[in-house]
Amino acid sequence: MPSPDKYRIFPLGDSALTVEFGNDVMPELNRRALDLVHYFQHNPFEGLIEAVPAYASTTVFYDPVIVKRLSGGFESAFDAVCHLAERGVSDVGKTTERNTHVIQIPITIDDESALDLDFLSRFSGLTNEEVVSIFLGRIYRVYMLGFLPGFAYMGEVDERIAAPRKKTPRLKVPKGSVGVAGKQTGIYPLESPGGWQIIGRTEMQMFDAFGEIPCPLKPGNKVKFVRA
Amino acid sequence: MDAAAARTINVALGNDENTAVMEMHFPAPEIEFTDDTVFALGGADFDATFDGRAVGNWQTNFAPKGSLLKFSQKNSGNRACLAVSGGFTVEPWLGSRSTNLAAGVGGPAGRALAAGDVLKCAPSSDLNKIAIGRSLIPRYSRFPTLRVVPGGEFDLLTALSERIFLNEMFTLTADSNRMGFRLRGEPLHILHAKELVSAAVTFGTIQLLPDDQMVILMADHQTSGGYPRIANIVSADLPIAGQLGPNDRVGFKLITVREAEVARRGFERDLAFFKTGRQLQKPAR
Repeated sequence: MPSPDKYRIFPLGDSALTVEFGNDVMPELNRRALDLVHYFQHNPFEGLIEAVPAYASTTVFYDPVIVKRLSGGFESAFDAVCHLAERGVSDVGKTTERNTHVIQIPITIDDESALDLDFLSRFSGLTNEEVVSIFLGRIYRVYMLGFLPGFAYMGEVDERIAAPRKKTPRLKVPKGSVGVAGKQTGIYPLESPGGWQIIGRTEMQMFDAFGEIPCPLKPGNKVKFVRA
Repeated sequence: MDAAAARTINVALGNDENTAVMEMHFPAPEIEFTDDTVFALGGADFDATFDGRAVGNWQTNFAPKGSLLKFSQKNSGNRACLAVSGGFTVEPWLGSRSTNLAAGVGGPAGRALAAGDVLKCAPSSDLNKIAIGRSLIPRYSRFPTLRVVPGGEFDLLTALSERIFLNEMFTLTADSNRMGFRLRGEPLHILHAKELVSAAVTFGTIQLLPDDQMVILMADHQTSGGYPRIANIVSADLPIAGQLGPNDRVGFKLITVREAEVARRGFERDLAFFKTGRQLQKPAR
């Protein structure tokens, strides 16, 4: 179990720093990352650009000129933001999960869409139907957005059907494809090269550049795939 | 890719420094100004001529209606910036006027510009010639030593690899574009190689790939990654990196975050002075 007090902070260049809580796909680590994001959302500082969560870390982007100008006591903007991040980490008492309602994502699984279902079956030693049933049977957590606009990294996929990435990535993965890589699952919001094992496809729009809500999924959300 | 060029020529034109600019690779387009405009070029030098006369970077130029801007030769650098007085008229998305090619969104067309495209901008007849001082022009080079700060996994480099990283030059391969520059050089090795979960990366992050070669993430980088983060190019040197292309070579110099911030503040201070001076200019007709 990761120690609740353990974390490390390091620069990501001179205009950002990363607070790392661990190196694993675990809800507890992700919750700490999200809590720190929420802390900065409620306690912004002059020069803060954005606090962004990942699986087990939070990266804080800032304007180093503004921060330095306003934090005279510190030798560098990095030191000043570090101090604020440490305060943010210790400020969080009980981690509370905010989003508990489950978002349903319709998924089509057929010959046209389930490009790697046969591979997943062979790899797991189960039938296609069993793989699908196990995949649909879980509620997944959205850990982070990254890679492409609207790409939600979700987990964890049942060990029985988890499989590694393709050795040779596809040059074109169809938009809406639902993929599996290790214990992660994700949806390609647009056509893109990619190496995840494709188990189906969704018609649901994962990214709308001009929409009120550009991405329907946010870190912390719970997701269930439902056969369309 | 070269934010220093973009911001500086915008300030010279009296624009907000984050006004949308056009970024061009060579071969660069022939551009006709269909109305009186004022423009400025910065970044790469593509041997610009304007109605037959040579026109240099780093100054404003009045373009009367019907005039033609052409680029005939790739002299230095890889991306030239063109800004116009008042900026290009572009619908913003998520607060930006940039084009994202992967998402097919943004900019005037949601794609790279093509022959025949017409861009709208505000007309201007300001005849003031504003020149940008030397101190604001990045020290471009095809073989720069880029200043870096250590990354999350810098300490995992073997002692030998750390020496190689800080003493050797690395060549940009043909696999280099706006998303990232793939480097080729002496292989680097990490102690206790381990799988990292995806974490944030940024413009200038240098990752070590499974083939023991590095990639420098550039302006269109993917926002997250799981490869070891060796170092990050300091923000003051990103414009220099932004002008590199295949077969250029880079070396790295390690500095502290504090020194990196000092370098950045130096540029911002110079730009702020230039902006103040520029604001005192009245348009000349």
